[in-house]
Amino acid sequence: MSESAAGATLRGLGVSPGLAAGPVCRMEDPSHLRGRPWTAASPAEEADTAVRALLAASLGLAALAEKAAEPEARAILEAQSLIAADPLLQEAVRENVRDGMHALDAVTAACDHHRDALLAAGGHFAERAADLADIANRAVAAALDVPMSAIPDPGHPYVLVAEDLSPADTVTLDPATVLAVITERGGPTSHTAILARARGVPAVVACRGARELRDGTPVTVDGALGEVRTGVGDAEAAEVRRREAARRSRLRASTGPGRTADGHPVKLLLNIGSAADLDAEVSAEGVGLFRTEVLFLDRRTAPDMDEQVAAYEAVFRALPGDRVVVRTLDAGTDKPLPFLGLPEETNPALGVRGLRVARARPDVLDAQLDAVAAAARATGVRPWVMAPMVTTVAEAADFARRARARGIAHVGAMVEVPAAALQASRLLAELDFLSVGTNDLSQYTCAADRQHGELADLLDPWQPALLRLVAECGAAGRRAGKPVGVCGEAAADPLLAPVLAGLGVTSLSMSGPSVPAVREALAARTLAECEEAARAALEADGPAEARARAGADRPERDPDA
Amino acid sequence: MPERTVVIASRAGLHARPAKIFVEAAARQGTPVRIRVGDGKPVPAHSILAVLALGAVHGTEVTLDADGPDADAALDSLAALLSRDLDAEENVHE
Repeated sequence: MSESAAGATLRGLGVSPGLAAGPVCRMEDPSHLRGRPWTAASPAEEADTAVRALLAASLGLAALAEKAAEPEARAILEAQSLIAADPLLQEAVRENVRDGMHALDAVTAACDHHRDALLAAGGHFAERAADLADIANRAVAAALDVPMSAIPDPGHPYVLVAEDLSPADTVTLDPATVLAVITERGGPTSHTAILARARGVPAVVACRGARELRDGTPVTVDGALGEVRTGVGDAEAAEVRRREAARRSRLRASTGPGRTADGHPVKLLLNIGSAADLDAEVSAEGVGLFRTEVLFLDRRTAPDMDEQVAAYEAVFRALPGDRVVVRTLDAGTDKPLPFLGLPEETNPALGVRGLRVARARPDVLDAQLDAVAAAARATGVRPWVMAPMVTTVAEAADFARRARARGIAHVGAMVEVPAAALQASRLLAELDFLSVGTNDLSQYTCAADRQHGELADLLDPWQPALLRLVAECGAAGRRAGKPVGVCGEAAADPLLAPVLAGLGVTSLSMSGPSVPAVREALAARTLAECEEAARAALEADGPAEARARAGADRPERDPDA
Repeated sequence: MPERTVVIASRAGLHARPAKIFVEAAARQGTPVRIRVGDGKPVPAHSILAVLALGAVHGTEVTLDADGPDADAALDSLAALLSRDLDAEENVHE
């Protein structure tokens, strides 16, 4: 923390661009609930206290559900409220008290027990396991009569400061009152980062010293620079708000195709799971990643031909004339589907997943390609089709042969494995396009599990080694005169967009809300400036240096200044 | 003891919204209903935790049982619920 007369500046990772000024409001870490002193009463009273605490947690969650903005968030909270009031949980609590536990321990142990049962059920059921840890915290807080760590509600807009945010916290995060988010922990691909970007809330994560910020302290936040300043005066705060308002009105007005300042096109595309994800509000140039897994999840048997054709047709009909890139089924031992009948593996990330499933079940791939081809014929749309997890030239050639045999004209591959990036030129000899999936490519390049919170720095898309692999693909695309896109979190980072364009990437595919900021970032630089930024980033030794060299740590241009 | 065997029709399986709808309906019945998968242990149908832990996906066959004078009516209404796609209905309503 650098102290000066004007206050202090904290630095972290800017993961969601935008400016904010306002008072800090802290969210307490639930760990403050553990190990509190507790005087046990009689077993009967302890049991009643524990059950009442669970019911209080249930009511609290139901109240949150009422307030939730999105239907998905409401459904999650309603289900969680029902779980907190479950009769089996109450039974387990009473049993634990009979075994000699006091109320708090009885609640925690009962929730732990049922969490393990859900984890054993696997799949979507296991996702609910985290709810039980949250319920235990809420019930313990209720028994202690201390406030539960939750997104604060001080009655005025504020800058949220937390250790990190859990999925349950983020569902209630309201962009109307939360001006910006600052977390002590977290990384560029953390839940906080992804959600903040999706809701357009400026965010700084991995911000050292954030936990020292006190409630009510006025701060300014720059979610692009990753900078938090304390001790700012009213005039400075007003200026920050004015610049943010101007930035937002520019973004709202933003439409049209992706272009650099000198007119070099970089297509702006959407990542979707079904036709329902297409947002009429967002101006984009098509779909860069149509994940077809949604259709297959939770299925004991493969969806039949008619059902598949109908799902693809729905997307094709919604986007006549636009580009649509369909990705074939990306499942496997990492995302198990019962009907594939794959054996369990000790290391699913390195196992039979993506296109590799076709080694065991070529019938599933062929049926899907038949369905895409049929939907294309029915709609007159000419979809692009790509396979996930392509590793070798032989795999690419085999996939291309299967797709072309069905009349599919544009056949490509996801580049998620370093081996594929290093062979990009050879792949493009067999294929019509490439799409770099940066989330998996990061995981495999830096050998760091995508879900591993402690290794977030290794998954930073600004890692120069990752950028080198993207450069390899971009150069191969330029030589062959074939498109090379990027999908994944990196494509949604407005600071990285000019660098990717400079590396030769011809399209960026992202979720709808990310499009305007990426469009603006591209329009602010010429292609030559993008190439210079790319060269500078490639020469860096680490992500922070890459950001600095590429000029991403400079304040964004303010046309109103 | 009266029983009904039914195949889960909801796309998401007995999970999320469909599980909630089923559990709440079970809790409203005049008699306790139990649910099991195959020869598994029957669990109370009015417990969301027990129902989720069944891990019943789209296409899973489950068996409901109940006792008492209201058993048949309760089983009929719950079996009918499970044989509908509760996800699809939710989409229609919202």
